[in-house]
Amino acid sequence: MTSSLRLRAGLLSIALLAAFLGIWHLATRSTATVAAMNPEYAKLMGLTATQGKSAMPGPLDVGAKLWEHLRRPFYDNGPNDKGLGIQLGYSIARVGTGYLLAVLVAIPLGFLIGMSPLLSKALDPFIQVLKPISPLAWMPLALYTIKDSSISAIFVIFICSVWPMLLNTAFGVASVRKEWINVARTLEVGTIRRAFTVILPAAAPTILTGMRISIGIAWLVIVAAEMLVGGTGIGYFVWNEWNNLSITNVIIAILLIGLVGMLLDQILARFTRMVTFPE
Amino acid sequence: MSTFDDPFDADRSLRAACVCGQHRSAAEHEQSALALRCEPAESEDKRYEGVVASAVMRAMFPQDAARRAFLKSVGASTALVALSQFFPLKTATEVFAGASAPEKKDLKVGFIPITCATPIIMAAPLGFYAKHGLNVEVVKTAGWAVIRDKTINKEYDAAHMLAPMPIAISLGLGANAIPFTVPAIENINGQGIVLAVKHKDKREPKDWKGLKFAIPFDYSMHNYLLRYYLAENGLDPDTDVQLRSVPPPEMVANLRADNIDGFLAPDNICQRAIYDGVGFMHLLSKEIWDGHPCCSFAASREFITTAPNSFAALTRAIVDATAYASKAENRKQIAEAIAPANYINAPVTVLEQVLTGTYADGLGGVKTDEKRVDFDPFPWQSFAVWMLTQMKRWGQIKGDVDYKAVAEQVYLATDTRKLMTEMGLTPPSSAYKSFAVMGKTFDPEKPDDYVASFKIRKQS
Repeated sequence: MTSSLRLRAGLLSIALLAAFLGIWHLATRSTATVAAMNPEYAKLMGLTATQGKSAMPGPLDVGAKLWEHLRRPFYDNGPNDKGLGIQLGYSIARVGTGYLLAVLVAIPLGFLIGMSPLLSKALDPFIQVLKPISPLAWMPLALYTIKDSSISAIFVIFICSVWPMLLNTAFGVASVRKEWINVARTLEVGTIRRAFTVILPAAAPTILTGMRISIGIAWLVIVAAEMLVGGTGIGYFVWNEWNNLSITNVIIAILLIGLVGMLLDQILARFTRMVTFPE
Repeated sequence: MSTFDDPFDADRSLRAACVCGQHRSAAEHEQSALALRCEPAESEDKRYEGVVASAVMRAMFPQDAARRAFLKSVGASTALVALSQFFPLKTATEVFAGASAPEKKDLKVGFIPITCATPIIMAAPLGFYAKHGLNVEVVKTAGWAVIRDKTINKEYDAAHMLAPMPIAISLGLGANAIPFTVPAIENINGQGIVLAVKHKDKREPKDWKGLKFAIPFDYSMHNYLLRYYLAENGLDPDTDVQLRSVPPPEMVANLRADNIDGFLAPDNICQRAIYDGVGFMHLLSKEIWDGHPCCSFAASREFITTAPNSFAALTRAIVDATAYASKAENRKQIAEAIAPANYINAPVTVLEQVLTGTYADGLGGVKTDEKRVDFDPFPWQSFAVWMLTQMKRWGQIKGDVDYKAVAEQVYLATDTRKLMTEMGLTPPSSAYKSFAVMGKTFDPEKPDDYVASFKIRKQS
């Protein structure tokens, strides 16, 4: 039963993709209504103007270009032109650094907040105000105070991905069932041991959910941050190709950003499953 | 007798007139001789050796007549050998050249991917930085504000900036006041007013009321030139039209999406809009002011004091590249060198049209104007004074300005002149010149009268 459902879902996915590609292809075909022009003039003009080619590339253009990128993902033509593999590597390294810093700060702090109702109440207004701030709003401030664009990018990832983890950790810790804590108390388990053997495993699924939300946000932020600071990374690649009005490359980058984002999410999802327990 | 004259020339005339007889004065002869000496064939070492030997010879025989007698009696080559017997010419030359070795060889220079940055960019692939002993990484940057912040934060040692930006930074407009300098202008001309194709019958600026125009940055020649052009045609740029700051690459997309009606933008963006069939060239910026500066090569005053030799070498490389770019026959090669994704990232055809000046105008015609963009490094202080008058005119500067003091602090005409003379080029002897913008003469001596002479300006 489940296997047939999976099969049918797979078929439907493929059909949807095919329909999407088909419509895309039809919508971007050349509309060959071009006024005659002097050949000397035509030589100086782009294909959009001379052949009525749509400014939007079709799926075939994107596919060809994608193949070109995939064949040599690690080329290095100087500081402003590197292969997609290298760009993605830079982005993942940045996200990794900012995210790890956020984990190091958010989980211990979240634990404290979750265990102390006083801290929780006192810090709540700050967290609520800082949480919804967009990464691009942090950027000028970071550039101005840190005075280094690569550290600024990492800082922005840190500051944007810290909140969901912090809130989820605090919430997970605070909502550990009272009976379990009471049992631990009755058995005279020390505070530290109680935190690690009772509270941590009980709160782990919630904490991991927070981490999963955070990695998604961190990956969202990196593109915006790199578009601004430039130099390296997939965000810079998008900006550089946008500069050349190469929509084909921008679409490829969008596709890759989506795939990598999915991959990161799946890794965290696997971790979450590992710590989930039946009640 | 100057430092660069040959002290071993026995036939050199003692009178003030020119030695070879082909020039009217000794000074003129000197200039053309220097020009010859600047040819790449001559190595830097040779040049320095000549300078040192000349200094030694002059110290030994302070009298020109005595030196001549000595050279006549022994011959120039013997004299040189004799001289090097008891004076370590080689060592002295090394010391002399060593004194100007750059303190810092690995430099980072930021640029915005537009053809205005041609000298800065091409100096990397065509080896002008390497020739002056530098290892420069040219880094593409997202926008003017970012390039400003990164240069202020010392991530870049020097950068490509719009000509008014170093003035604005030095004055603290839109940023903290930090002394910045312009050792060289990147390009002159090379901008244009592009309108959306649907406005092709609206060629009279008087009919432009209510249109939306994009400019790259508030402190840009583009802003001042567009405002000037509109005001001369009777439109108040602050009330009759909308001016928006838009990053250059987004201008073409915005024009296609109908968000703006036109722009005064740097090239390759103008030509790109034509290439993609969304706009046409209404006017080259050259028709507003022929020879106007656009972008500059900028560095902080701090960089000059901490690494004066690196700065000098960098300026020499830029001046060298600019001289190379100013020759029409090199333009095709340059277009190919700067088109790849590592540099400007644009179709070669577009860059070629901009640099060679034979271009499609977007209305079906092919036009030719060899001076569509040109390159001239000399940082005229009168340019800075003009920009200051426009900043004042449009309310970017409030209160009194000491025009000349600011211009002289930011635009390093004196230093660049010295450097250019050393390189054997012929820089102008004055830092101020008068010029005409849309037929109206600008006198750098009377900036306040100039500002007051405009009917349309921001009332402060």
